[in-house]
Amino acid sequence: MHPAYSVIFFTVVSGMGYGLAFFLGIGLLDPATMAAKAAYLSALGMIGAGLISSTFHLKNPHRAWRAFSQWRSSWLSREGVMAILTFIPLTTNAALCVLFDIQSLPLGIAGTVGAAITVYSTAMIYASLRTVDAWHTRLTPACYLAFAALGGTLWTLFFDLLSTGSNALQLSLLSGAAIAGALALKLQWRARVHLQVPNSTPETATGLGHIGAVRLLERPHVNDNYLTREMGFRIARKHAAKLFRLHLIMAYLLPIIMVTLVLVGLTFAGFSAWYAVSAGLSLVFHTIGMFVERWLFFAEARHAVMNYYGG
Amino acid sequence: MTSLPQGSSSRKLGLVIDLDTCVGCHACVVSCKEWNTGGYGSALSDQDPYGADVSGAWLNRVHTFEVIPEGGEVIGEAGEARIVHFPKSCLHCEDAPCVTVCPTGASYKRAEDGIVLVDEDKCIGCGLCAWACAYGAREMDLAAGVMKKCTLCVDRIYNDTFEEVDRVPACVRTCPANARHFGDLGDPHSDVSKLVAERGGFDLMPEQGNRPVNKYLPPRPRTALAGAAALKPGQPEEESTEGATGFLRWLDVALDRI
Repeated sequence: MHPAYSVIFFTVVSGMGYGLAFFLGIGLLDPATMAAKAAYLSALGMIGAGLISSTFHLKNPHRAWRAFSQWRSSWLSREGVMAILTFIPLTTNAALCVLFDIQSLPLGIAGTVGAAITVYSTAMIYASLRTVDAWHTRLTPACYLAFAALGGTLWTLFFDLLSTGSNALQLSLLSGAAIAGALALKLQWRARVHLQVPNSTPETATGLGHIGAVRLLERPHVNDNYLTREMGFRIARKHAAKLFRLHLIMAYLLPIIMVTLVLVGLTFAGFSAWYAVSAGLSLVFHTIGMFVERWLFFAEARHAVMNYYGG
Repeated sequence: MTSLPQGSSSRKLGLVIDLDTCVGCHACVVSCKEWNTGGYGSALSDQDPYGADVSGAWLNRVHTFEVIPEGGEVIGEAGEARIVHFPKSCLHCEDAPCVTVCPTGASYKRAEDGIVLVDEDKCIGCGLCAWACAYGAREMDLAAGVMKKCTLCVDRIYNDTFEEVDRVPACVRTCPANARHFGDLGDPHSDVSKLVAERGGFDLMPEQGNRPVNKYLPPRPRTALAGAAALKPGQPEEESTEGATGFLRWLDVALDRI
């Protein structure tokens, strides 16, 4: 599948934003601190930038408001509706935190639940497509939720270390658990892709399997068309294994080292705001690793329609 | 509304495509483009239309496949090896995933006849419906930024100002090999339904669970040359043509049949 940069940016960045919003909602940061205010603004910034970016791949973005109407059947519509609904408690709590140094727990819980449902809806857009075998699994939303949780804990740890570090020990342990969880799910997701027998083949696509093996002799047109450009993207396959290793190193290995450094420091040397540098680096590495992951998620995926176009 | 129609009427308008008679001339492809660029919705644009890298939106395309049975390489000499021309357009599925994924309500399936259409004024051009379609039936029009698809020539089939014979989709009207048939596949007594029953019409990619309305008729079995060229009873031994290959074998069989 063609990896649209706007969609990669949206899913990665707003995914992390919702992860941060998730942990802000349950009150892991003290709303009186500057760090909590910065965290609220960062979460809103990441979510907003991601959502705006997601409209860039639309050919008629001025009609985007219509996408809120079909939540009964469409995961894309549900995602849009949930994103807007989640903004209500999130911006209210952000305003309370920035202006009055407080936050409301009921609103926070509403934001936390909304953030989780929004990320789930985003993942279900892909997981609900029967045409892309690699995506059509419950592991897809599980991975998206795990990535959001992982990004969220790393951001929360970073902001906590920037202020008093009151929850830093618990947050660094939580980050470690989130890294392990996300890694386990992603490895399982990828193992499934590799073991998978394609659901559709040129034989089932043409219904001619009873005669023999089917292979394409001629495409309908000599040049590429919308379908082959959109669904027939295959540049990634050559370097896929290398890129996946890069993802493993950047998204999990380097962050777990950085988080371990924080944990060791907290345990043996007590709190220091300098630990935020380590947590900040873990975020930089993790974000790069997630961009690689998301690019591969699209670029590697095979679409059933390519059975009509010779793979 | 992008939910599929519930308790809809039993009419299921669609096409039956005969893979036995299609000669791969692409007349249906051109005729479809010609009719639909001036018909329902925005024009079907081409990008770089007179250049080397021409590409555009088409609602009907003909692919060509080779089918090779085990051990067969040369057509006609081993098994059923053959070339099959394969026209493909929207199959107007009963469980159309392109309809339910649409976030705006632009994509819909008509309750009265099952035709799947796009209301272009509502389409935001997100492309998700094209991702949901296993058959490649939807193509984005890059000039208008809206999704285009086969309308089953909804602006022909109900057009009272046309002669009866012209009230069929453009591709069906134009096919010189009579490989395309249009009718109500929901009515078991319709000509198309009888044709499907007689010839063993099948669904494309049934495993995708879309329940397509359009049906395809398989190529008829052919007589392999190897079987046909055997010695006839009572024929003198020295007249045996067994062992002839390629053109001579074909000639032998063809002369036998006359």
